Amino acid sequence: MTTSILDPTNEQAPEHRERAQRISSLQGATIGLLDISKPRGDVFLDTVQSLLEKKGAIVLRYVKPTFTKPAPVDLRHEISTTCDAVIEALAD
Amino acid sequence: MGNSRPKLADGFVVFVKRDCPTCELIVPVLEQLYESKILRTIFTQDDTSFPKLPITSDDTSLEVSFSHRIETVPTLLKIQDGIEVDRTVGWSQDTWKAFLNIEDLGPENIRSYSPGCGSLSVDPDLQGMLQKKYGSGLVSREVTFASAEDEFEAMYDRGWSDGLPLIPPTIERVQAMLEGTKRKPDEIITIVPPDLVDLTVEKVAINSVMAGCKPEYLPVVITALETACGDEFNMHGLLATTMPVGPVIFVNGPIRKSINMNSGMNLLGQGNRANSTIGRAVQLTIRNVGGGRPGEVDRATHGSPAKYGLCFAEDEEGSPWQSYAQDQGFSSEQNTVTLFPGEGPRMIVDQLSRSPNELARSLAMGIIGNVHPKLVMGFDAILIIGPEHASRFAEAGWTKEQVNEAIINHSIRETDELIRGADGISEGLPEAFAGSTLPKLRPNGGLIILYGGGAAGLFSATIGGWLSGDKGSIYQTREITL
Repeated sequence: MTTSILDPTNEQAPEHRERAQRISSLQGATIGLLDISKPRGDVFLDTVQSLLEKKGAIVLRYVKPTFTKPAPVDLRHEISTTCDAVIEALAD
Repeated sequence: MGNSRPKLADGFVVFVKRDCPTCELIVPVLEQLYESKILRTIFTQDDTSFPKLPITSDDTSLEVSFSHRIETVPTLLKIQDGIEVDRTVGWSQDTWKAFLNIEDLGPENIRSYSPGCGSLSVDPDLQGMLQKKYGSGLVSREVTFASAEDEFEAMYDRGWSDGLPLIPPTIERVQAMLEGTKRKPDEIITIVPPDLVDLTVEKVAINSVMAGCKPEYLPVVITALETACGDEFNMHGLLATTMPVGPVIFVNGPIRKSINMNSGMNLLGQGNRANSTIGRAVQLTIRNVGGGRPGEVDRATHGSPAKYGLCFAEDEEGSPWQSYAQDQGFSSEQNTVTLFPGEGPRMIVDQLSRSPNELARSLAMGIIGNVHPKLVMGFDAILIIGPEHASRFAEAGWTKEQVNEAIINHSIRETDELIRGADGISEGLPEAFAGSTLPKLRPNGGLIILYGGGAAGLFSATIGGWLSGDKGSIYQTREITL
């Protein structure tokens, strides 16, 4: 016997997007560091910042209000329009 | 819901459209079948003058074609007692001869085979309109399993299951499920994470069928999902966390009785259909519509059996106190659902305390172990006080507020015992908290007290919470919309 049922999923296919252009050099590049507000994430990012600055990058720091929720849309917009690349740190 | 299928008169009927070379090809055949009175009706989909015969009937609305699931033109149906007993699709001279049981059919030089074209009634651009007008009113894609496929295995293979078998959500079952709510199938009730998809009543109904719900549970499932997906409850965070938490659901009000929920013996366990399937329907919806699957956005380190769906009711009739919903300002006639971000339940044994004060102290000690004894204030808790424990308080005339306050007061710890390194354990509070005291649970809201469980057993049960407050999840109570 043939059974027909209704699809329980959202029936959506993910949109295909090209990856952003990779940066070829850190010299003069603006790099965002996003702290997701987990304990000691700042300690890790301080080290990353000094390493990046030694290589000539301009570093901007950002913080998510809480690690339990996606970054607010305004914060994502600011990072994407200000930075050439972003590093998101998850630490405990 | 939808219209009944238009009845066809007994005999042979055929579906055609002018914009189909095969249909054009067989016009002489149709003329012959009309003249010999073999053919009863020709339903034309796009041109009422095609073919120009008295038996040509207007189906440009596509109602008849859609209702009889015509996928190809021409399709020839045999009707007996108003019911289709056979059909042949496309044009094949030999097949049609056998189907109609006649020797000679069509001009001598006619091409003997032509596959036909797609029926207008399956045009993807028209599906939404046709479904709404003539169909079940449901817009979800229909998935048809091959005859050799086992539908239960096929649903597993598609990744729709939480690991347990699912009830196939046939159109009939979904329609019956939708009878459980006054809401329309296309109503969008919330946006479900993590994929942030509009959630319709129809999709909730489909997942509720799969979970094993009865139609009368649907309003509870819908309101639970509305609550779960709100920004304050933060379902996204509950999914993404490595901690073993999910939405713990409890129900207050008359609906508990009308849908036969268990608030007594084994209320947190197996054996009651409503308790077992409502939470499961919530979790399946988040899985299938929201895309929240273990190992993907669901990052739980260990998880918990409670993540299959943990749902129960408060025993309002047996309780010495008013219900939790009444504490929140709802009347005893209002139905509510409360969602709490929690782990699985754990028992607290105390078979010896006889005074309310020592029992409160004992229960506080039981709760101190939630998450970690050295972590305080950040995690709320539910305490389901069993009847034998509750009677210790009731007999002494304690109100629920007194019990709550006493337990929180007895959970106060010296912070010197809680700071990092204390007791030879690194986990704990930062050094800055030393030299003070703090309760395990935040006062005014850190502890939800419920009444429930079997009559025998000097036990209570606690459900540990996840990060409380706007940095994590704020537990919520809502009135159930029928």
